[in-house]
Amino acid sequence: MDIDFKKDGTTLTVTPEGRLDTATSPELEKRMTPEMEGMTEIIIDLANVEYVSSGGLRVLLSVEQEMEECGGKLTVIHVNSHIMEILDITGFLDIINVE
Amino acid sequence: MKEIIVPANPDNIAIVTEYINAELEAAGCSEHDRVQIDVAVDEVFGNIAKYAYGQEEGTATVRVDVSGDPSAVSITFIDQGIPYNPLENKAPDTTLKAKDRRIGGLGVFITKRIMSDVNYEYIDESNQLTIRKVIG
Repeated sequence: MDIDFKKDGTTLTVTPEGRLDTATSPELEKRMTPEMEGMTEIIIDLANVEYVSSGGLRVLLSVEQEMEECGGKLTVIHVNSHIMEILDITGFLDIINVE
Repeated sequence: MKEIIVPANPDNIAIVTEYINAELEAAGCSEHDRVQIDVAVDEVFGNIAKYAYGQEEGTATVRVDVSGDPSAVSITFIDQGIPYNPLENKAPDTTLKAKDRRIGGLGVFITKRIMSDVNYEYIDESNQLTIRKVIG
């Protein structure tokens, strides 16, 4: 999958493209890990993501857990209605900062 | 009723999804319902690909049927892997804080919530999971 990474100081913006599903999410997680080194704020921009399945939620949860552990912050932005629905029914809206 | 048989591998989720989406488009399925079905397909096929055959390789048959009034799409996933009914899993606690959350079981939970029906049978030494969604 195409993934864009942008750093601004200690803020990392990650912009994946396509679907965050069982097949693609492991690649996102693998590629994000080294990019997150030393970052205190992670922004995951889902503007180009059509939908998220539990595989994608796994990545979001993993990043959130890591940020909470180091006192950092995760924000997920540009969430479409399909993704918002999945975040809502799984309770992820209560544990992930979505703007 | 149409079917496709593919190796039970996560790389084949896209092929299965495209196959199903062609049927959904022909049936005039809305984008909202199509995306929900795509998510459920990913969850079900993904679980078969990851767990049904353990370290062995195997295949999955995916049958699609659109019928009824109102229209409903039924998708049956068949594998000859380890006998397993995913619907018997305990639902995850979706009220836990992030540090206490686990992903296990979330796929089945999501599927049950976004489909009209989900059923499991073990027939002829095969796991058969059917997801059904009213689309009309």
